Amino acid sequence: MNFSTLTKALSGGLALSAILTGVALADPAVIYDLGGKFDKSFNEAAYNGAEAWKAATGGSFLDLELQNDAQREQALRRFAGQGANPIVMAGFSWTAALTAVAPEFPDTNFVVIDTVVDAPNVQSILFDEHTGSFLVGVLAAMKSETGTVGFVGGMDVPLIHKFYCGYAQGAKAANPDIKLIENYTGTTPAAWNDPVTAGELAKAAVDAGADVVYAAAGGSGLGVLQAMKDAGKFSIGVDSNQNYLQPGSVLTSMLKRVDVAVQNALTEAADDATFKPGLTVLGLANDGVGYAVDDNNKDLLTPEMIAAAEDYKAKIIAGEVTVHDYTTDSACPL
Amino acid sequence: MDLAVILSVLDATIRLSTPLLLACLAGLYSERAGIFDIGLEGKMLAAAFAAGAVAAISGSAWLGLMAGMAVSLATTLLQGAAAITLKGNQLIAGVAINMLAAGMTTFLGQTWFSQGGRTPALSEGGRFSPITLPFANELAGVPILGPIYSELISGHYLLVYIAFIMVAVTTFVLYRTRFGLRLRAVGENPKAVDTAGISVVKQRYQAIIITGLLCGLAGAYFSIAQGSGFGNNMTAGKGYIALAALIFAKWKPVPAMFTCLLFGFLDALQIRLQNFELPVIGVVPVQAIQALPYVLTVVLLAGFIGKAVGPKAGGVPYTKER
Repeated sequence: MNFSTLTKALSGGLALSAILTGVALADPAVIYDLGGKFDKSFNEAAYNGAEAWKAATGGSFLDLELQNDAQREQALRRFAGQGANPIVMAGFSWTAALTAVAPEFPDTNFVVIDTVVDAPNVQSILFDEHTGSFLVGVLAAMKSETGTVGFVGGMDVPLIHKFYCGYAQGAKAANPDIKLIENYTGTTPAAWNDPVTAGELAKAAVDAGADVVYAAAGGSGLGVLQAMKDAGKFSIGVDSNQNYLQPGSVLTSMLKRVDVAVQNALTEAADDATFKPGLTVLGLANDGVGYAVDDNNKDLLTPEMIAAAEDYKAKIIAGEVTVHDYTTDSACPL
Repeated sequence: MDLAVILSVLDATIRLSTPLLLACLAGLYSERAGIFDIGLEGKMLAAAFAAGAVAAISGSAWLGLMAGMAVSLATTLLQGAAAITLKGNQLIAGVAINMLAAGMTTFLGQTWFSQGGRTPALSEGGRFSPITLPFANELAGVPILGPIYSELISGHYLLVYIAFIMVAVTTFVLYRTRFGLRLRAVGENPKAVDTAGISVVKQRYQAIIITGLLCGLAGAYFSIAQGSGFGNNMTAGKGYIALAALIFAKWKPVPAMFTCLLFGFLDALQIRLQNFELPVIGVVPVQAIQALPYVLTVVLLAGFIGKAVGPKAGGVPYTKER
């Protein structure tokens, strides 16, 4: 066998194996955002949704944790090129990468959570975080003895302002005299994974009189929960149910059912017949957002607090109470 | 601003300047002995990871602290072997340590704990708790001095007190002992030390062993005192700030303490100035506030310290004869 036949044989083999992988892989793919698969918060909710889908259907999925922003397009192309379908992405930072890649793979169904990408093969899922945050704001204001409640956001972006704005409106609704302290961990994606700074912000809020602090900060939120536990005060978790992380100190968690969204996406987007490209909004009415009550926090919430939260929930669903959405006009009227 | 707010800022200043101070003193020993140490960041990161991981598994903060110091020491010796014994470029050895630590901690963390590079949150015993100094509660009622003692001085982690005690110890060791004289001498004129019959290599290794141990303390502070568990890149450039502080302090221990306190103060202020309405200007954007410590670092280093001359033999591997 001379060199050229060897090369031909090799390249033939490679091409064949490439085709085989292409055919074999019709598995869906889930790509998490920076912050890590097990951040006990947003990404972990996405992972739990995928695991629930796996348990329910017996299927299998591919997943990937990003290490940095530059990997986004590359990861999408790789999965799409391998034939993964559908591809589910969690995180608002996917806009640019998906806008670029989606037209290149018209036969692949993409689902993106927390941002909107306008393409015929993309389903964009948004949550009404402001209404869920409104409810935990009501609970925070009713729990507070000092009349001051805090907020620690992750990266300073409109989405996180949306959380704050809903929270602030809820707190004001329950107690018009409430004082609010608003902080953000940072201005780069590293702010999702900086528990030390977030904890320091929570301590500063406690020093300024806050006794309930809401952490909407992904992995950084763990530092807030820890700092509030150390101070003997209360915190509010986000995205996943974080009540169990510091039992007795986490007042409640603002649930954002990313897990449900991912599970549904994996089921529906796999088939073009059920795939719903365009915008899907999950809110209070369809249990896309809410607040968590379980054994870890049931002693922290009084029946009056629950009743007030449920009352507002019903009114928001019925349209009697409108919660302003920060992202519509980049302003938060209080 | 009333006393409570000032105390709260100063309290945070002490918390935030502690790792800087430990790292700065660590760098001081190394650089005074003639070895530029750009690897402070990497050593702290490695120590933070080791401390967090061991404390999470064993549930003991002390074991975590020891693991942190041991790993930091091992990393330092690796750097030393390259920079002292093999006479490699000290800066490159330091950069290599930083890159190694950044990659290895995340990789090992992900492999062992599958939490995106984090180590699990620590239980009660896995973390150092704040220490209440004697009479802190009794004296809290005394006007002015009471709150200062009970809130500002008392109630910090053990490592905080160690850091400030180390300033006094370092001053004594450096200027009042034979070891300190020799240490400074190998940084200024190793040939003279060699002529006097003292081993330059041995002296430099002794210096970097202290550097390694102090970096271990600084790293452990991040993961098992200030924080609860290790997070990716949790030292966040503090090693470089410590290096800047060291230059700003002209390689002297007491000025180093004040510089680190200044940087800690800027950090504490930055956290409290968010959404704080300043007179005339109004609310300053978060971005501008968060850039403040770095801008001031550059301004201070560029304009205010005058000429900072480091140890004369710094950066040069010692060659006995050609």
